[in-house]
Amino acid sequence: MKSSVITFPGSNCDRDMDVALTKFGFKNKMIWHNDQELPKSDLIVLPGGFSYGDYLRCGSMASKSKIMHSVINFAKSGGLVMGICNGFQILVEAGLVPGVLLRNKYLQFICKNVHVKIDNKENTFFKNLDKKVLEFHIAHNEGNYFCTNDKLKEIEDNNQVAICYCDQNGETNDQINPNGSIKNIAGVFNKEKNVLGMMPHPERMIDESLSGEDGSIFFKNLLNNIK
Amino acid sequence: MKVSAVITLKKDVLDPQGKVIHETLDGMGFNSVNEVRQGKYFEIDVKEKDPKKAKDLVEDMCKKLLANLVIENYKIVETQ
Repeated sequence: MKSSVITFPGSNCDRDMDVALTKFGFKNKMIWHNDQELPKSDLIVLPGGFSYGDYLRCGSMASKSKIMHSVINFAKSGGLVMGICNGFQILVEAGLVPGVLLRNKYLQFICKNVHVKIDNKENTFFKNLDKKVLEFHIAHNEGNYFCTNDKLKEIEDNNQVAICYCDQNGETNDQINPNGSIKNIAGVFNKEKNVLGMMPHPERMIDESLSGEDGSIFFKNLLNNIK
Repeated sequence: MKVSAVITLKKDVLDPQGKVIHETLDGMGFNSVNEVRQGKYFEIDVKEKDPKKAKDLVEDMCKKLLANLVIENYKIVETQ
């Protein structure tokens, strides 16, 4: 299976994502933001980082870069696209997933492990996953998911909520919400569920001795689902 | 021609920075503040002499890049 990771000026999780994808069997290519064409891919990943120094709004500049025309076309034709952290911010700025990511409620950069509950398994990203709760890592300043009430109803009606912040038992409540996101939302899909944006980093959880193994579970399952 | 645009957060969007600024003002003795909302201000010099066309151009920029219309409003404030 082939994957492509897009590197923007200021991306800093692109190589970690490359390591993770390669470790679990993807043939990965790194693509520069100024390229026009995507190589043939089964999965496109927009990695975390601080593209364009977070100028104007996080992800806003990167969402207008040359390669994004191809990424948007790829997504519109049903291709799998995943945006992690800054990649999620780029996806919302490109209009590929609904909502926006505001500054964290308590104005702090948050860097810690979190548990997330998988809300919807009827999609290529989470289908057949044994666990309902995964432990991932978050590191962001603007991860406070927001949308209007009408939009929230629409995404809930369409099962577009992908993952929510929860405790280790899968309970979601305000105390466990790290950044003020509406309904503890940590990740959302587009309507067709082929585009996933999420703040947590699965690529930081692929080594038992360094972090945890829940990222490994996620990537192995993803590869099997694409095969 | 120079055109200025002001981007503000929509009414229902939480503005934690504005809130902290409000609290700080309060602490400094400015006790008559009801609310503070932080926004962005742009001065754009465009290669266009016609004020109407210059304004339209900046409005298009606001819609496509400068503002995220999910959470922000824009206003063209002055042309000179």
